[in-house]
Amino acid sequence: MFYNYLMLSIFHHIGKYFLLLGKVFKTPDNYKLIRKQIIHEMMSLGIGSLGLIAIISLFMGAVVTLQTASNLNNPLLPAYLIGYATRESFILEMAPTVMSLILAGKIGSNIASEIGAMRITEQIDALEIMGVNSASYLIFPKIIAALVFIPIIVIYSMFLGAFGGFIVSLYSSGMTIESYITGLRYDFKAFSIVYAMIKTVFFAFVITSIPSYHGYYTQGGALEIGKSSTKSVVYTSIVILIINYVLTQLLLL
Amino acid sequence: MIEVKNVNKSFSGKQILNDVSIAFNKGETNLIIGASGSGKSVLTKCIIGLHEVDSGSVSYDAREFTTMNFKERKNIRKEIGMLFQGSALFDSLTVEANVRFPLEMYTKKSAEEILERVNFCLKRVNLENVNHLYPAELSGGMQKRVGIARAIALNPSYLFCDEPNSGLDPQTGIVIDNLIQEITHEYNITTIVITHDMNSVMEIGDNISYIYKGKKWWEGNKQEILKTDNKELNEFVYSSRIMQKFRNI
Ligand SMILES: Nc1ncnc2c1ncn2[C@@H]1O[C@H](COP(=O)(O)OP(=O)(O)O)[C@@H](O)[C@H]1O
Ligand SMILES: [Mg+2]
Repeated sequence: MFYNYLMLSIFHHIGKYFLLLGKVFKTPDNYKLIRKQIIHEMMSLGIGSLGLIAIISLFMGAVVTLQTASNLNNPLLPAYLIGYATRESFILEMAPTVMSLILAGKIGSNIASEIGAMRITEQIDALEIMGVNSASYLIFPKIIAALVFIPIIVIYSMFLGAFGGFIVSLYSSGMTIESYITGLRYDFKAFSIVYAMIKTVFFAFVITSIPSYHGYYTQGGALEIGKSSTKSVVYTSIVILIINYVLTQLLLL
Repeated sequence: MIEVKNVNKSFSGKQILNDVSIAFNKGETNLIIGASGSGKSVLTKCIIGLHEVDSGSVSYDAREFTTMNFKERKNIRKEIGMLFQGSALFDSLTVEANVRFPLEMYTKKSAEEILERVNFCLKRVNLENVNHLYPAELSGGMQKRVGIARAIALNPSYLFCDEPNSGLDPQTGIVIDNLIQEITHEYNITTIVITHDMNSVMEIGDNISYIYKGKKWWEGNKQEILKTDNKELNEFVYSSRIMQKFRNI
């Protein structure tokens, strides 16, 4: 009984979500306005996240390196494995997946509450009355901005993570700079980057579209805006983890 | 002129509008009055097409609206200005950008021409030197004025106002009401004002339709409304003590 209800509700939301996407990707009314919105969204979503991602990447890079160093404290294992492990974990998981989860919290809650507030205060009705396709006008620029900007943020995170490890290697007695650098360059496969970027593009889409959905269909008052925002972060995170699993299965094996 | 004929609307089996027919005249402030929950907002949303009617017709100067497709409706909507209950200004945009929005969306005018029109509209609602402020920095009354300026930016033939003086003090409310009436007469607009405020009714009621439980119960003007012998309307009009005293004089 509960199970049936749950499945029905899940399919109801999935259907409504794709209907909304259909509205989002209709040809826009006015290209000039949309272009302006895209630039605006890149500034607010992208630039606004650089500081947070920098701090997290540097510290995570440092910690991953320290932990690997302490675990590989065995004279039989080559020291360059430390740099190698840092690089691999950052390219494959830390930068694309963990940073996307963090962005889901930061950007996702922001989008859901912004669009939710516009719904509650009739701003979306105002757009519709003016004959504007509100879904396209509000959501399309966010998705495009994220598809362009989040991959850049992820690459930026990869470099900063490696740099965090480098700083550790400078000050740590257990390893040398040379061995760390050798590790970073050891057995590098370009496909890892391709794999990370494919994942990131999917994540970027999810990070913007799911919170937009929750915001767009907010009903009620200020309290519901908060609820939409929380729900959107939860669902976005779950979907990211599922997509991560499926894509890894498809691409790496 | 907007003509509503025999409109019915129900939500999940519950009839909200029951065979409503009203003609809204050009160049007049047409009031829709009635108690909360009587169906005023639903009626307005049916007229502008945010809800579909179950049966009946809505026509804008003899152009039948209910059977139009999305594209044809869009052309009508360009002729509609709407003032929302909470103003519904875009809060990420400045006052100037709010008023500019419909102009940029729909006209091919140059930036200077657009700015000129924006300033004209803001001046018309007695707002100056607020171009670069954000809606959150304005008082409720000023927000309503910006809402009116945005609604008239494209020179609409039809103006809808949903409870224009709700949330305002009585004095500011009357200023906004009068502004709506002046603009209506000045530009010969078909204006529809939803209200349940007797101050507004007596101030700007050119043509009044009273909605009672989803039906059009009474129609007349502000002189006639005081003398009506319609029981339900009387209860609505004379619900306050001050109005009751007024009746007894
Ligand atoms: N979208 C909707 N779905 C179902 N019922 C609605 C909807 N909108 C309004 N109603 C109902 O219609 C009735 C009239 O509402 P409304 O037109 O908003 O009243 P008001 O005259 O105060 O503006 C109310 O009983 C309300 O619950
Ligand atoms: Mg209402």
